[in-house]
Amino acid sequence: MSMPPHATMFERIWRRLYLAFCAGVFLFLIAPIIVIVPLSFNAEPYFTFTRDMLALDPDGFSLRWYDRLLTYGMTAPDAIRDGAWWADAWANSQWIHAAKNSFAIGISSTLIATALGTLAALGLSRPEMPFRRAVMALLISPMIVPMIISATGLFFFYSKAGLAHTYIGIVLAHAMLGIPFVIITVTATLSGFDRSLIHAAASLGASPVTTFRKVILPLILPGVISGALFAFVTSFDEVVVVLFVASYDQQTIPLQMWNGIREQISPTILAAATILILFSIALLTTLELLRRRTERLRGLSG
Amino acid sequence: MTTAAETVAAGDGGPLTTGDGTPLKTALARATRRARIKALLLVAPLLLFVIVTFAVPIGQMLYLSVYNPVFSDNMPRLSSWLRSHEVSDVPGEAAFEALALDLKDARKNRTHAQVGTRINYERSGATSLFKSTARKIKKIKGPPYKEQLLALNSEWGDLHLWTVMARAASPHTSAFYAQALDLTYDATGNITRAPENRRIYGLLFQRTLFLSALIAALCLILGYPVAHLLANLPLKYSNLLMVMVLLPFWTSLLVRTTSWITLLQSQGVLNDLLVSVGILGDDGRLELMYNQWGTVIAMTHIMLPFMILPLYSVMKTVPKDFVRAARSLGAGPVTAFLRVYLPQTVPGIGAGVLLVFIISVGYYITPALVGGSSGQLISNQIAFHMLQSLNWGLAAALGALLLGGVILLYWLYDRLVGVDNMKLG
Amino acid sequence: MTPMKPIAAALAAGLLLAAQPAHAGEITVVSWGGAYTKSQVEAYHKPWMAKTGHKIKSVDAPNPASPIKAQVKAGNVSIDVADVEYSDAVRYCDEGLLETIDPAVLPPAPDGTPATEDFIDGALTDCAVANIVWSTVFAYDAAKFKGAKPQTIADLFDVEKFPGKRGLRKGAKPNLEMALMADGVPAGDVYKLLTTDAGVTRAFKKLDSIKKHVVWWEAGAQPPQLLADGEVSMTTAYNGRIFNAAIGEDKPFEIVWDGQVLDFDLFVIPKGAPNKDLALEFIKFATDTQRLADQAKYIAYGPARKSSGKLVGLYQDGKTQMAPHMPTAAANMGNALVNNFEFWADRDSELNERFNAWIASN
Repeated sequence: MSMPPHATMFERIWRRLYLAFCAGVFLFLIAPIIVIVPLSFNAEPYFTFTRDMLALDPDGFSLRWYDRLLTYGMTAPDAIRDGAWWADAWANSQWIHAAKNSFAIGISSTLIATALGTLAALGLSRPEMPFRRAVMALLISPMIVPMIISATGLFFFYSKAGLAHTYIGIVLAHAMLGIPFVIITVTATLSGFDRSLIHAAASLGASPVTTFRKVILPLILPGVISGALFAFVTSFDEVVVVLFVASYDQQTIPLQMWNGIREQISPTILAAATILILFSIALLTTLELLRRRTERLRGLSG
Repeated sequence: MTTAAETVAAGDGGPLTTGDGTPLKTALARATRRARIKALLLVAPLLLFVIVTFAVPIGQMLYLSVYNPVFSDNMPRLSSWLRSHEVSDVPGEAAFEALALDLKDARKNRTHAQVGTRINYERSGATSLFKSTARKIKKIKGPPYKEQLLALNSEWGDLHLWTVMARAASPHTSAFYAQALDLTYDATGNITRAPENRRIYGLLFQRTLFLSALIAALCLILGYPVAHLLANLPLKYSNLLMVMVLLPFWTSLLVRTTSWITLLQSQGVLNDLLVSVGILGDDGRLELMYNQWGTVIAMTHIMLPFMILPLYSVMKTVPKDFVRAARSLGAGPVTAFLRVYLPQTVPGIGAGVLLVFIISVGYYITPALVGGSSGQLISNQIAFHMLQSLNWGLAAALGALLLGGVILLYWLYDRLVGVDNMKLG
Repeated sequence: MTPMKPIAAALAAGLLLAAQPAHAGEITVVSWGGAYTKSQVEAYHKPWMAKTGHKIKSVDAPNPASPIKAQVKAGNVSIDVADVEYSDAVRYCDEGLLETIDPAVLPPAPDGTPATEDFIDGALTDCAVANIVWSTVFAYDAAKFKGAKPQTIADLFDVEKFPGKRGLRKGAKPNLEMALMADGVPAGDVYKLLTTDAGVTRAFKKLDSIKKHVVWWEAGAQPPQLLADGEVSMTTAYNGRIFNAAIGEDKPFEIVWDGQVLDFDLFVIPKGAPNKDLALEFIKFATDTQRLADQAKYIAYGPARKSSGKLVGLYQDGKTQMAPHMPTAAANMGNALVNNFEFWADRDSELNERFNAWIASN
């Protein structure tokens, strides 16, 4: 959007200011995330740029914090790095243990949230759905109710139900937290969905199941997948519920980071953070590709 | 599957019926009912799931804030005496007899310290009183109980202690809510404000509201121009810039908090930068973290995408011609903005501000890590009582009050924006 | 998508299985982390694992007592042994959250003295066996004070004479005690004074004088880190942590013993621990005379048995004598206070509420 020719001097200055302000906000948004990446390669145990780093001296950089990340908790971190060493890392490294937990919990809770959420979204988007608004408000409320309250409630409930300190307990809790995201994304996809396609399929003799598999699912799939991604990230990033209902050996990556920040903050945390940033870039790319696919499909069906 | 669309109208003059002779009205009603049940059935599993894993736990938490049977269960004789008598003065022999016999049983069941802890919530010193008395209770073989108990420890003659026990005799209590509202019961059982040096929750609720409002305002100020820019740039630029909003959104909360610690601590990047360019002296480093500043800066960063995204989706739908038309009709840039553009973006502002405010009010992780002491919010106190002081009743009461506030805001959000209009990304 | 689902589910189930801990012959021991846990791993865990073939899962927590109540109330206990402070050991025992431990089963000293007489007074309670005597001291970074060095507890509260930020533990204990001692109250009168409102007010008033300069810490590993990062110039800390940073890592940190607050750390077994018997075996092994003396090789905490005292030798570097670094060394006990657990059992909730109110207000 270029300046119209009739712009006054005042408007030109104003526009410069406006662009500078926006640039500042973008810097504010992105700089904290960028800055952490080079710092994770610091050769010194500091949280700031050393002289060597600024001079781009290779001696100022090292992979020691990544190494620490891998070896922390191992029984014999200094042994020769052969097969046995890697087996030791896989079995005992605390961060690997946390990553295994995070993925196991994340994937299980995402499957539950996506299956139940998609089904419910199909019902919610039917025009005949009774009490639509109230039901929707209830189903989305886990996203709105402060995590600390959900976690407190779950803590008491799980204590009684024998689910505290179990993986099942954490998975159910995370599924519950991920459900609103699935509902929101899938209903959004369905709102652009041409319902006459269902009638067309039915009139051509397709059973409801076939209609779902061959007509509905391919069209809402991008919405389902992006909902699932949201649910996964919610679980993957969640620390309050884990803090309250998990036992100490059910460490997840965020919990490990939380403990690291509170107790012994070392650049190991920065190395972990850098890996997580790469992970979120991958997720973001996936989502963008999905969005384009949806737009293409919409173009075909509309 | 028979739907209304497939029904066949038959006969002229008579009522419309379907092929098998049912009146059309009934068939339609039946079909609608069936469709409604079908829709409901699709939603049912999830509804059940959310009720079990979410609504029930929260209901239980609310119950815990008013229900504490520790005293009434473990001191049955004294409780029933206290329930049937008015305590306006230290009671006589009958109550002390119940007390002594209950304490004997409690000592046997090793529950005397739990009872003491329950009373200690409202009257300090009760823990050791119950413990030391229970240790020696075997010596008391028979009446007069009052005299002997008072000889063991004269604190048993304290009226305040008795009024606290009288309230604890009922398993349902308002004590936790009173405490959560900085209220207390005085020695004679009247409700009063807590001594000034122990009033904390009111202060924290106020601070939580104030900081959340401040964060929402900052997000609006920073987010509005950016959303406007994104909505008006050609797609190929705006998509690129959008990444700068979405990347923080998708990055782990703990990563972002860690980043801010790295940047803000007194030996951190920002202070180092200011010192090295000579703006600050080495001993004049700014304290940007472990105080309210830390909480506000880090949380504004974390919440900003929640403001930009709803604003953007609304601004996207505002036709550009309107402002142009206003300008060509002679309105100045400020007037055109205030009278034409701004009103059309109000739904986005409402959505963003409410969303940011609601999320901030219950935030725990970031204030706990960067807030120091003055940047703590009410959620940090809830966590303290959950995990450290183990006064779960108080934690539940504080949680219930916070929940009440959030539900009010949520209801407002639903009225103004509609939860089904919520968009992500 | 359809054929993918079973595979994904199987994968998730597999990952879940992989993440489950194995329970046979393994106990979970929760302790305070950092240098302290390391000293226990070297002195207790490794020899026990080598001797018995069982495994120990060592877990760190900011306060190992915190999860016990939740776990016991939930009837789902995963901790077998926890290392807790005195007041928590007593409080939890009273609330029926711990298994009782009969002191008669503990091994006698090498000369045959029964355990009940060999342990320092108060080191054995109904549910707990002490392993060490530790203390909260304050320490400073010698590089920050070129001229006069801090000498007494009053210097911790004197930001004019000794400028710089202070690190204090976030909580009422033992800041109130230290504040009163800094205000000139003799150690013997501290708890008597703290039972009065005037005494508490006086302690808070003293704390007020440095409030603006305080960085609050919560986990024991934080204070040496705060000193090393230059975030504070002086901080209260557990003495062993400072010793390890100063002697073990050559940091220029000095301990001031004046006004130290002594406490025990004790082993407890939560009620319903999954491997109760093994846990007791471990405690019996870890608190024998030799093991307690061995721990002093790795960290400067005093052993809880009298018979261990003579066996305390050199630090793991092979040249530093440990005895003068113990909080219980005569030279360090000049103005020392022993933590009063009864006082804290009574006043913990009241004083922490007041402390929280104080810390939250500006």
